[in-house]
Amino acid sequence: MKRSILRRTALPAALVLSLALTACGGGEPSANEEAPAAGETAESDDDSEGGGEMSGSIEIDGSSTVGPLTDAISEEYAGVESGVTVNLGISGTGGGFERFCGTGDTQISNASRPIEDEEAAICEENGVEYTEIRIGTDALTMVTNPSTDYVTCLTTDELISIWGPDGVDSWDQVNPEFPEEPLEVFAPGTDSGTYDFFNETILEPNEIEAPRQDFNASEDDNVIAQGVIGTPGSWGYFGFAYFQETQDQLKAIEYDAGDGCVAPSVEAAQDDSYKLSRPLFIYVSNEALAEPHVADYATYYIETVNEVIESVGYIPATDETISSSAEDLEAAIKAAG
Amino acid sequence: MAAASTPTSSPSRRGDDLRSSRGRNAKDRAVLTLLLLATAVSLIVLSVLAFDILGDGVGRLNIDFLTQYTSRFPDETGIRAGITGTLSLMVLTALMTFPIGVGAALYLEEFAARNRMTRLLETNINNLAGVPSVIYGLLGLSVFVYVLGFGRALIAGALTLTLLVMPVVIVAAREALRAVPQEIRSAGLALGATPLQVATRQTFPAAVPGIMTGLILSLSRAVGETAPILVAGAIFSRRADNEPWHPFEAYTAIPIQIYDFVKRPQSEFQIEVASAAIIVLMAILLLMNSAAIIIRNRYSRNI
Amino acid sequence: MSSTTRPEKLSTPSGQPGSPLISSRPRYGEKVALALLWLCAAVSVVTTVGIIVVLFTEAIALFNIPGVSVVEFFTDTQWRPFTDPESDLFRLGVLPLLNSTMMITALALAVAVPLGLGTAIYLSEYARPRARKTIKPILELLAGVPTVVLGYFALTFMTPLLRRFLGDEFVPIFNATSAGIVVGILIVPTIASISEDAMSAVPRTLRDGGYGLGATRRHVALKIVFPAALSGITAAIILGFGRAVGETLIVTLAAGNLPPSDLPAVNPFQQVQTMTAYITQAVGGESPRGSVTFQSIFAIGALLFVITFAMNLVASRIVRRFREEY
Repeated sequence: MKRSILRRTALPAALVLSLALTACGGGEPSANEEAPAAGETAESDDDSEGGGEMSGSIEIDGSSTVGPLTDAISEEYAGVESGVTVNLGISGTGGGFERFCGTGDTQISNASRPIEDEEAAICEENGVEYTEIRIGTDALTMVTNPSTDYVTCLTTDELISIWGPDGVDSWDQVNPEFPEEPLEVFAPGTDSGTYDFFNETILEPNEIEAPRQDFNASEDDNVIAQGVIGTPGSWGYFGFAYFQETQDQLKAIEYDAGDGCVAPSVEAAQDDSYKLSRPLFIYVSNEALAEPHVADYATYYIETVNEVIESVGYIPATDETISSSAEDLEAAIKAAG
Repeated sequence: MAAASTPTSSPSRRGDDLRSSRGRNAKDRAVLTLLLLATAVSLIVLSVLAFDILGDGVGRLNIDFLTQYTSRFPDETGIRAGITGTLSLMVLTALMTFPIGVGAALYLEEFAARNRMTRLLETNINNLAGVPSVIYGLLGLSVFVYVLGFGRALIAGALTLTLLVMPVVIVAAREALRAVPQEIRSAGLALGATPLQVATRQTFPAAVPGIMTGLILSLSRAVGETAPILVAGAIFSRRADNEPWHPFEAYTAIPIQIYDFVKRPQSEFQIEVASAAIIVLMAILLLMNSAAIIIRNRYSRNI
Repeated sequence: MSSTTRPEKLSTPSGQPGSPLISSRPRYGEKVALALLWLCAAVSVVTTVGIIVVLFTEAIALFNIPGVSVVEFFTDTQWRPFTDPESDLFRLGVLPLLNSTMMITALALAVAVPLGLGTAIYLSEYARPRARKTIKPILELLAGVPTVVLGYFALTFMTPLLRRFLGDEFVPIFNATSAGIVVGILIVPTIASISEDAMSAVPRTLRDGGYGLGATRRHVALKIVFPAALSGITAAIILGFGRAVGETLIVTLAAGNLPPSDLPAVNPFQQVQTMTAYITQAVGGESPRGSVTFQSIFAIGALLFVITFAMNLVASRIVRRFREEY
């Protein structure tokens, strides 16, 4: 009787086990499998075979804008130090800080804005000391459909009429020189850091609390792009990376903050003439820097970020910024021991 | 009334195949056409879906895609972390669901008295099967990630999926137990075994194939779920393998990676890479469903 | 099978000579084992209790935040959870989300009920056994397609299709119709399969009676079998309704991210945000615990749970009540 139970359970159990073993089999030769991936990367300067002596894991969370950049760095790093596991979440800048300062379960926090006072206070309360490292800039780009040829540049006031609480529905109400064409707005949702930044830069200085409530909102910048591409008379905004990917299908709009029209570009973002630039940071926990793999990763980050950042679609920080951040980091590592 | 059946509309001869569809009436034919159309729509949608995704994704399928981790370059991206994550989730979920689900089914089917409390249990289980999966995600987030402190770890995801899948497994296991002929139980009891012995040594083994089928089908549903693990903390990018014996690490899964690819700026990610990942996921699901069907067909004759 | 008289002194598996059928000696191992099994069954109760406790405690925490009122939650027609609760612009009314969910569900049922029932009637009354054997697994396959894939399908296939046929101006990129139709396709297998089971369960004698009286297949299917299986069919539809209400990924990807501001919203060609889509959006965002955004996730979740739970209860009640009829 017992034998037949065995026989009956054998095949089904074997199937479940074989699936488990597939997971097992995929797990072993991680060291060797990393090397070919990194070796094919055009940008990578590393020609090491992926061995490395570091091991351990690093938890990173935060901005979904900085996320892809950190991911790219981690990708390159894996080619050098395959023993280090980097876990990357994208809970948003605020969510990242909550884990970093509040629960302390991340060693690095990605942020698309500087840390706020309340957040810094929480860090202090919990004894989390950190080093702020500026790693680049995102130039928020406003876009429109290529057929909307009358719009090349918008002033702050015009933007307020498009995006403000009394958002208008046709272009001639934005600027009487524009034709009477319907205006269709596509933008990130109310939960997004990009949305917050745009409001802080355009609306808040003019004492306006909230933008219009009726627009085509999406979490997914691809969909905003598709919306703008497909709708004549459209207006939208998103990060520079998405503009770069779609620049032959839509048109960027220049921004006049009062000193003339400036187009989003690497140079304009770096010299701060393009006012819709968003600084990108990583915050590294000083205590975590005592661990060699975290210190190694952070150092690697600063060393490689400018090589990698443009392929992700953002704007590199100036060399001075990078070297001063490198100095800060070195000091923090020394202090942590 | 029917004695004066009109010759044009009835298969009135004896010996006529009752199922012959020789509806000469135009209405009959119209209805049949509509019904065929209705049935066809699902099949058409499925084919369109299949062709669309296969067309877009098949070009990307190669060993590299299965063995590399994600990259910012579409050509170098692989879903290795997703595959190991999905498989690990599956193994852990199966290990937790099987004993509890079968135990509950055994209790309800073989031992529970037919009283109010049992009916309440049964209603409860049926209702749980209909709760949206995202609610299980919220439960998982609150209980496993925060209160029990597992964090955004593989085990939290697996526990969430276990709860999600449990009601379905219980129902399936009960069906399998119910299908076991009563004679087997009676024979055991007649030979002097206790009900527990009968249940564990006679009824249960006879129901194992059906139970396994139910388990595999429920697992295949869990494999495709995105919302619950997204809410309970799965991450998008990981450059290490998930193994079932490291349950406290961060994890990702194929559906999560698909969701990520669709949101990236490069169109190659959105279309080709996402489709390739979908094909891998569907292949895993097909494998599981086929295994379940094979087991069902192979063992159902033996009873 | 005839029962035989038990011979005396028969040896039981435990080796005890002459033990009766049900052992009179207390077997503690057995009691423990039975208790364990009972515990397994109790896990389901713990789960339900857990869901209720978690959802409702966190939901109540929402209403404790100053500026948030329960009454407003259920009656206000604007949903703006991301503004400061103390400001004038803050509005937290669930009606827009509820409206969106109902719109999607209505669209889904409009698609799924005819298709599902049609398929069920065909498979149950018309199809040859071989056709049935091939079609049923294919339907099960459709049921197994992950919703992220269907969401992708809605966005990349259904929406462009609708835009091509009805015009770009009429159909925005995010609209409830694409998502609603695809959710409908998702639940067709549910409705079809359960209805088909219900119709197959109708005794053959009813059909034969009809045929014998000269009814056509159509007549038998629609006027005899269908009404007889009505309770099962209703249950199937209600279950489909529940699935549509709880569907997350398809609406997140294809229906948009902004709840309608003019209520009641009836135009299906607009952007909507369902309760489930809101949960996905808010969970992935920047909301710390204790904030309106975070707590509102659970309040919405609680509402969702109540709706689906109620629906399931109704479904089981209907099945039970009408099942006794024949």
